[in-house]
Amino acid sequence: MARRAEPLIRVAGGAAGGLLAALTLGTLAAVAANATGVARLDPADLAALRFTLVQAGLSALLSVALAVPVARALARRSFPGRGVLVALMGAPFILPVIVAILGLLAIFGRGGMVNAALGALGLPGVTIYGFWGVILGNVFFNLPLAVRLILQGWLAIPAERFRLAAALGFGPREVARLIERPMLRAVAPGACLAIFLICLTSFAIALTLGGGPAATTIELSIYQAFRFDFDLGRAALLAGLQFGLCAIATLVALKLTLPEAALAGLDRPVRRWDADALALRALDAVAIGLAGLFLVLPLLAVALSGAAALPGLPAEVWTAALRSLAVALASAAICAVVALALGLARSRGVGRWLDLAGMLPLAASPLVLGTGLFILIDPVADPAALALPVTALVNALLALPFAMRALLPALQQIEATQGRLADSLDLPALARLRLVTLPRLRRPLGFTLGLAAALSMGDLGVITLFAGSDGATLPLEIYRLMGAYRMAEADGAALLLLILSLALFWIFDRGGRVNAEA
Amino acid sequence: MKALIAAGLIALASTAAQAETPTLTVYTYDSFVASWGPGPAVKKAFEPICHCHLNFVATGDGAALLSRVKLEGKHTKADVVLGLDTSLTADAAATGLFADHGPLPKLDLPIKWTDPVFVPFDYGWFAFVYDKTKVKDVPKSFPELAKTNLKVVIEDPRSSTPGLGLLYWVKDVYGDKAGEIWKSLKHNILTVTPSWDAAYGMFTKGEADMVLSYTTSPAYHLIEEKDATKGAALFTKGNYMEVEVAAKLKSSKHQKLADEFLSFMTTDAFQKIIPETNWMYPVIKLKDGLPKGFDEYHPTKTLFLAPEKAKALRDSALAEWRDALSR
Repeated sequence: MARRAEPLIRVAGGAAGGLLAALTLGTLAAVAANATGVARLDPADLAALRFTLVQAGLSALLSVALAVPVARALARRSFPGRGVLVALMGAPFILPVIVAILGLLAIFGRGGMVNAALGALGLPGVTIYGFWGVILGNVFFNLPLAVRLILQGWLAIPAERFRLAAALGFGPREVARLIERPMLRAVAPGACLAIFLICLTSFAIALTLGGGPAATTIELSIYQAFRFDFDLGRAALLAGLQFGLCAIATLVALKLTLPEAALAGLDRPVRRWDADALALRALDAVAIGLAGLFLVLPLLAVALSGAAALPGLPAEVWTAALRSLAVALASAAICAVVALALGLARSRGVGRWLDLAGMLPLAASPLVLGTGLFILIDPVADPAALALPVTALVNALLALPFAMRALLPALQQIEATQGRLADSLDLPALARLRLVTLPRLRRPLGFTLGLAAALSMGDLGVITLFAGSDGATLPLEIYRLMGAYRMAEADGAALLLLILSLALFWIFDRGGRVNAEA
Repeated sequence: MKALIAAGLIALASTAAQAETPTLTVYTYDSFVASWGPGPAVKKAFEPICHCHLNFVATGDGAALLSRVKLEGKHTKADVVLGLDTSLTADAAATGLFADHGPLPKLDLPIKWTDPVFVPFDYGWFAFVYDKTKVKDVPKSFPELAKTNLKVVIEDPRSSTPGLGLLYWVKDVYGDKAGEIWKSLKHNILTVTPSWDAAYGMFTKGEADMVLSYTTSPAYHLIEEKDATKGAALFTKGNYMEVEVAAKLKSSKHQKLADEFLSFMTTDAFQKIIPETNWMYPVIKLKDGLPKGFDEYHPTKTLFLAPEKAKALRDSALAEWRDALSR
């Protein structure tokens, strides 16, 4: 297959991979190069490492396991409000962490709805703080992501297969075994990997919900090394450890991933004859209902506490919102281009190392990445002047692993089903992209753009290290408000962020599905 | 890309050459520069006096501020760094990047100020802040708190300066017994947050009974929200103090202007801005006195570790804290 890849695609894929490596490993090297002395791990680091691995692994497995029934239900049911629900469910992931945690606490916290209900019934309360609170928090953040990635896998199955299955008299069991499970083997390990890496490099959720220093992750140690000890060597060592874990996890996930046996489809709408039974309908209703409640109630809490302050937000919040919108759009465009370059190269069999490169941004410590970039940029340009472009670029790369998960299966399928015909016609690269690839890529590309835009909107990113006195983005403005007692206004700004992110996702995702029902 | 950066640099350089009024660059923390912070008012008050541009650069919080300066070293663009606190000054002084300050006016601080490098611009006491309608029996010491079932949120000393302040507070009062105090407080500590804003957010949402904040926090609610329900617990053995400081960089090309700014910082024109924007105490006696609410929670005793001593104690105190609360 490799022989078929045009030089253009090879070059583009290599450039995209190189960019990723430079921004992740290169920034790490920049930090390490500025270190003085040799760093070593201490026993507390090993405890942190163990905790990090256990919580990340368990969170990833649980998120994906719970996402399967929800994604299946969403894939085979259509009901009014389904699109809105899918969009809403993605919201936890795009909110600033502390805002989402406060939403979660409004439901599961000490003074939350669940405990109020238990108290009213005369039952003892439950506490969210502790190991399982960390897992609950991680699942809350990542379940939506898992649902969306797996849902993309389901939607990528051509309608003809279900048609054929129905013609052959397949029941739900056979459909699951012959169509759905192979798809899951292709999609689930990647989703698992992505969530594992997200949980690997976060610390605010674990610390805040973990109830104490037992819930210390490696990222917190990096934070500490930077801020109080200014031990760059130690920060670089710990960040390197995270990359090592990323490499191992990626290899494991690749081993578990089954390449999908692609069959051609005519891009018709899907009808599921196998899932009409009442019991299955009830099952799906329960899955959607529970997931919906779990994900939407905390968001509702965020929305309710923000609604009052929304109209009276200070002017700088609105300008920050505009700035964030611009960054989000730029970020989505960069992300789509890089993902397409990587995806095309991979689908034509170029460079397996690109798979690893595509996951690197998730394993990068945000603090090390930002600091490394700062070290590299500071001698040549004013970081404050480049704050927004750099933020857009970094956000784009952070969204890339998800973009790849969405685009690559679709690209591989297009390659497997249409590639030979395109080859035999000797289509030039750009014509092939325009005529063959892009039309079939509309749905995952719309999803990718929407997700990247929404993620960028909510990501604090590297802006904290780069922003001058003005030029703050909306998430930074939320932190500034919270840092100055202005909780009510921060709630209002968080609601604004939520609305804008959801709108961005919805518009792009919709755009990708125009004509889908025709 | 390189060409683009070069073009940008040339553009920047030429605008800098055209500018006739000098620009004083002050690195500070985020909340200082917000429209509701002291930054805009300070700029407005200082620029007519100095005939210069005052350029604030926000760098995150206090700890991030010091990291930034260390990262840039002698090449830093900062003329003045404003917003380090006394838990960071020993580290900052050790970098050798900062120059001594000039003579200071008569300061109104609970301690005698002898630091040759850092000039204080405000101070405050840490305290557990609570809702008066919910907490009736306010504990007056850590052991008293440990006897209650009150749930408190504290900040992590590894990532937040108030968290570090609490660590020193316990260490200062209880010395070798600090570890036991932390063990006895374990059931009170609802959770540990990475930063002050997360902890305070949880408190305002009613998740915790008390939060580690400042004695001046109730004044914010009183003045800005007309809400008199918040209180700050004063401990009989004293509350720990934090002093926020600024200093001039040796590498600054505007030494005179930087001195001028530091002098201005301890005048009434600057200091009167502080209470109702930074919610801390001014370091001199204000002509018009303090706003209402600032007198309500005045600790009987001030606890304070000299920066050098605090720095020497930090690692062992952290290990004690971690071991006691990790069980």
